[in-house]
Amino acid sequence: MSLLKQPIRELHKRLKNRDLTASDLVDASLERIRETDSQIRAFLKVDEDGARERAKKLEGQSDGNPLAALPLGVKDNINTEGVLTTAGSKILESYSPLYNATVMEKLEKAGANMVGKMNMDEFGMGSSNENSGYFTTRNPWDLNRVPGGSSGGSAAAVATGQISIALGSDTGGSIRQPAAFCGVVGLKPTYGRVSRFGLIAFASSLDQIGPITRNVEDAAYTLQTIAGHDPLDSTSADVEVPDYLSALTGDIKGLKVAVPRELMGEGIDLGVKEQVEKALKQLEQLGAVVEEVSLPHIDYAVATYYLLAPAEASSNLARYDGVRYGLRVDGENLVDMFSRTRSTGFGNEVKRRIMLGTYALSSGYYDAYYLKAQKVRTLIRRDFEEIFNQYDVVVGPTAPTTAFKFGDKTDDPLTMYLNDICTIPVSLAGLPAISVPCGLSEGLPVGLQIIGRPFDEAGVLKVAHAYEQHGERLPEPTLGGEAR
Amino acid sequence: MAISKEQVEHVARLARLQLTEEEAQVYTSQLNDILKFAEKLNELDTEGVEPTSHVLPMANVLREDENRPSLDRDKALANAPEQAEGMFQVPDVFEE
Amino acid sequence: MSQSFETVIGLEVHAELSTKSKIFCGCSTQFGAPPNTHTCPICLGHPGTLPVLNQQAVEFAMKAALALNCEIADVSKFDRKNYFYPDLPKAYQISQYDQPIGENGWIEIEVEGEKKRIGITRVHLEEDAGKLNHSDWGDGSLVDYNRVGVPLIEIVSEPDMRSPEEGRAYLEKLKQIIQYTGVSDVKMEEGSLRCDANISLRPVGTEAFGTKTEMKNLNSFRNVERALKYEEERQTQVLSEGGTVVQQTMRWLEDEGRTKVMRSKEEAHDYRYFPEPDLVQLQIDEAWKQRVKESLPELPDSRRKRYIKEFGLSEYDASLLTASKKMADFYDRTVSSGAEPKAAANWISSELLGYLNSQGKELEETQITPESIAKMTQLIEKGTISSKIGKKVFKELVEKGGDPAKIVEEKGWVQISDEGKLKEIVAEVVDANPQSVADYQNGKDRALGFLVGQVMKATKGKANPKMVNQLLLEKIGG
Repeated sequence: MSLLKQPIRELHKRLKNRDLTASDLVDASLERIRETDSQIRAFLKVDEDGARERAKKLEGQSDGNPLAALPLGVKDNINTEGVLTTAGSKILESYSPLYNATVMEKLEKAGANMVGKMNMDEFGMGSSNENSGYFTTRNPWDLNRVPGGSSGGSAAAVATGQISIALGSDTGGSIRQPAAFCGVVGLKPTYGRVSRFGLIAFASSLDQIGPITRNVEDAAYTLQTIAGHDPLDSTSADVEVPDYLSALTGDIKGLKVAVPRELMGEGIDLGVKEQVEKALKQLEQLGAVVEEVSLPHIDYAVATYYLLAPAEASSNLARYDGVRYGLRVDGENLVDMFSRTRSTGFGNEVKRRIMLGTYALSSGYYDAYYLKAQKVRTLIRRDFEEIFNQYDVVVGPTAPTTAFKFGDKTDDPLTMYLNDICTIPVSLAGLPAISVPCGLSEGLPVGLQIIGRPFDEAGVLKVAHAYEQHGERLPEPTLGGEAR
Repeated sequence: MAISKEQVEHVARLARLQLTEEEAQVYTSQLNDILKFAEKLNELDTEGVEPTSHVLPMANVLREDENRPSLDRDKALANAPEQAEGMFQVPDVFEE
Repeated sequence: MSQSFETVIGLEVHAELSTKSKIFCGCSTQFGAPPNTHTCPICLGHPGTLPVLNQQAVEFAMKAALALNCEIADVSKFDRKNYFYPDLPKAYQISQYDQPIGENGWIEIEVEGEKKRIGITRVHLEEDAGKLNHSDWGDGSLVDYNRVGVPLIEIVSEPDMRSPEEGRAYLEKLKQIIQYTGVSDVKMEEGSLRCDANISLRPVGTEAFGTKTEMKNLNSFRNVERALKYEEERQTQVLSEGGTVVQQTMRWLEDEGRTKVMRSKEEAHDYRYFPEPDLVQLQIDEAWKQRVKESLPELPDSRRKRYIKEFGLSEYDASLLTASKKMADFYDRTVSSGAEPKAAANWISSELLGYLNSQGKELEETQITPESIAKMTQLIEKGTISSKIGKKVFKELVEKGGDPAKIVEEKGWVQISDEGKLKEIVAEVVDANPQSVADYQNGKDRALGFLVGQVMKATKGKANPKMVNQLLLEKIGG
């Protein structure tokens, strides 16, 4: 078993005991990447020299933060100073950030050792990694299947044991869904909990950075390090960050769990449903009170999301015009240069969403599409607010299916969008949610999604941790299947 | 509300995207599917519902009027596809 | 100008705010730095960067809006205005669409003695764009992003102006008021004050507005008036010939004295405004509004009225003294330092302004202080020096500064008020000029002036003119 499959707690203890060095960890990481990444293709860039150098500096300095010296993978839409950051897009192929994202500053201070940048769907737009501008990451459970997206590289690398922890970003499910598909833990914090400064924007009112890890405790350690107010992000909340580790008591007696019937009915694979039901029974056995509820507007979430997120994206991605950074394709005049640059640099899904969003905001359509969707967003938020008046957490599947095969959903964008049905409502409401593995269906991991009140990541982690201690343990992924 | 190919082409121009004839057709059909799906929202009565543009009930996030160091010019220009005379070079904007 | 049309003008004015740092980042706003030396990833629109709003910019905008008699919004927010242009790094400008900081204001202008109120629709806060330059050698254009993100207020007027002269008067008044508030240095030549104009014509006596054209790049008061006159004439001609005005945006070509079409309505932008998700809303409570209100100085109209009412100044002098806040403050300090208000007004409006104009100097380039003018006028009042000597003292004060009393003493300029001594000189002058004495006695009043002049000459100007007059009259009969 890869060294990096050990939990952070264990690795930290061994580092402190000098039973292990920072260089050992980097060596293990690089070795595992060498062994497996030709099949998995999780990394857009491996910063081998940088990682080894940092490891040397980190020798003997691992007594403080538990993340010190741990190999870290960073989704490629998170800015890393001096290390190329592309957001999975050809338009940023040559982009070298002039600054670190706030989360990178925090992780560097904690001593985490970045090994490389993780593949993703271009600008976060996708649920399968098939929209990466470079290549497609494969699912370690079956190389014929997608790792999920958009943080597919992050999830696949953690599942393969190439790194200890990864950062992902989640706009409509981009941390949780790949975590579910790859059988690892993915946590999307409350909107505003983690600074977005340095996260290349997809949809500003939805984007959040969060950890992808091998277990719940590791997610708690990572969140502890990256959470908190940032004066550089006006939307980062000035809300106290509690001690997440101390929330992991295992005690969920009397906890009230709501299960929305809309997330357990039509459209959810039977195999997924079965595993989730088993997990719910497990929670009951642990003393939780599980009840069925209704989120009446949840059916409208996907449509709402696919108007709002593209609208924001159309504006956020307008800056890629070939003037200050990134790709430029020369043209006959200014407008021609802009258009050629953008048409060449962006992939099809990105163009599709830019056009959709531009249309939704354009004169004459704003009220019918954008404003309408913002109003429905209010209704969806209220659904959750009402449930949280009576329940502590909302639980259901993370995704309606397990990992699907490459090409299964690429022909029809709408089918792909509907795969986000379980995660999108949570994003629209800005709530914290975790995906924790809950067994296999036909050999593929299923994710259990636990959703909490705003800023109650502690509650979400507590339930996930309690379940993890008693629920079904996954075997190791096989890296099997015939690679395409 | 269906979107026509002409509208798709107009939107592409607004977004500074060039479409081939074939792309314009494909996008028209795909965008129509998505917009048709989005019409679902019209089933809901949203009269009097406040729009959500922020999930956080925050206001007045302000910074002091203080200077912070700017970039060295070389750094500011480091990622520029083309530069000259300490500035970012673009096709002529003054041409008639 | 044809008599059958009425001109309708509205102005959109941008003023850069004098904050130290930009509106959303810490870069300097200083004018004139080498290109791209006041930039950072935030104002260059690098991926992942986020704006954080400068409090001072908000308060400056509130201050300007209050000075323009606007209502301040309880809740204000920012929106993105989307369009592609190389001077706009994010390809959207953070501006305010439907909830500006201030609304429903007005200012009063005066043209040819007629006072008129011009409505202000709104005052909103936004970020400036960069600057495009011609390349000296290549065929491209060059972008300097120093100016990107400098805070701007946009002041939109109602279409209340009816002539190019009113347009100019409005802009001048606006500049004066903003300059008083101190939130902008309003220099048109440096671009910290910019003006776009909308102009249309309609048949006299009708209500409905005609089709308007928009003119950009009006970079001086003179050009605003010239361009408006040009466009007024052009539209008049079009309409008189039975044509229709086409809605379009034009650029004023200063050197050629004409406008050039930039874009027509069909090419008009679709800005796709939507609420800026990277910023949270502004909630402006009464206490905040009050605090900013209290920081406003006394504005020009109020000062002018006060000078007329309290100090008995003429409308003309009061306007001269209140033209700039600097001069009005100088005057107020002169009065509060003990000068008689009318005397102080005379000295400042004629001598000091005259000196500054003739020398092409700014007030702060001279050595004179309000206190020294006050002391000088007191010396005149007490009879220590004559007004004539006062002018010499004034020249000293402007050029070298110092204490008027000391100057007068050192230079031996103290006025002769010794009756015995003056009587002697008067007698000498009367003896030496019998013809003038006779002239006076025959009713030629002017001759007295000549005799006074002779006494002053004999005393090198130091004789107390009042006493000389009196003594002469006694001597030759009044």
